[in-house]
Amino acid sequence: MYTTDQYEGMLAETVVLPGYHADLINAYFARPLGQGPFPGMVLIHHLPGWDEWYRETARKFAAHGFVTLCPNLYFRDGHGTPEDVAARVRGAGSVSDEQVLGDIGAALEMVLASPYVNGKVGLFGTCSGGRHAYLCACRIPGFSAAVDCWGGRVVMTPQELTPKQPVAPVDYTADLSCPVLGIFGNDDQSPTPEQVDQLEEALKRHGKSYEFHRYDGAGHGFFYHNRPNYCQEQAVDGWNKVFAFLDKTLKGA
Amino acid sequence: MCTMIAQQVSINGSGKAGEGWFRLDTASVSYDHPFDMPLEYTLNLDFTKQAGNPGARVAVELDAASARKLVEVIQEVMKIAEDGGFVS
Repeated sequence: MYTTDQYEGMLAETVVLPGYHADLINAYFARPLGQGPFPGMVLIHHLPGWDEWYRETARKFAAHGFVTLCPNLYFRDGHGTPEDVAARVRGAGSVSDEQVLGDIGAALEMVLASPYVNGKVGLFGTCSGGRHAYLCACRIPGFSAAVDCWGGRVVMTPQELTPKQPVAPVDYTADLSCPVLGIFGNDDQSPTPEQVDQLEEALKRHGKSYEFHRYDGAGHGFFYHNRPNYCQEQAVDGWNKVFAFLDKTLKGA
Repeated sequence: MCTMIAQQVSINGSGKAGEGWFRLDTASVSYDHPFDMPLEYTLNLDFTKQAGNPGARVAVELDAASARKLVEVIQEVMKIAEDGGFVS
């Protein structure tokens, strides 16, 4: 917890990393100043894009003591405003799970290789990024914690599967290699409370470590302070749950 | 996006955005989170030129009732035009 007598400083900038197929992509990097060692975080942006909310959130994690990297998953789709790039990706049916796994795996390696990281790296994602966080926690060894905020389509019907999303992430639950924190709104339509139940059932069935928090009076994306679905009380409590979980799993607090 | 309810269709037209008029070759229609409208979901129309940069886009976000009304009016206008012999 921050106290007023503490020194605080951070470095935040755009960097480049070799992602899926060693494609060079850009990423937003924010870290506390100092030798550390600090835990690391990889942030997976939502389908509205690699936008200002995610850059802000990267700095928020850095301010809480995490070396944070947020790759631009839409780098290959051109450059412009985050909205215009995201609209292009939306029209093309999103990016493939395989490509995301490659980019996030590369981000994990980059954070782990940093000399000021303590060897523990977590994942955080919202919306489609929540789905990707769960998928990556199952498919990429080496993460120590994952935060899935209202990830839709973690549970998918066979009709919802596509060539880019060929397997429902919930079906990889047996391979989940780290504790998961789930943050959900009970008024959400994607995921619905019933889909959250199905995900929880899979985690129980496979004996995985998880912690779910479900909020009444909240729908989808209730952390987004720039959108009408923001819910102040639930968002404040949700953020507290996120940092308590990460302090426990990555800092050993 | 979250719903993944999105389809693309080839079109032939022109659109106007910040850079002025440009040729359009693709329309994307989705029902998902808007960027601007203060709603959780909207019907989103993106008219684009695929070979252009991502900024070559005319974007519209409509609530569901407006989207349905627009479809009806387009159909009505096209029928009047066809009946009048204006559409070859």
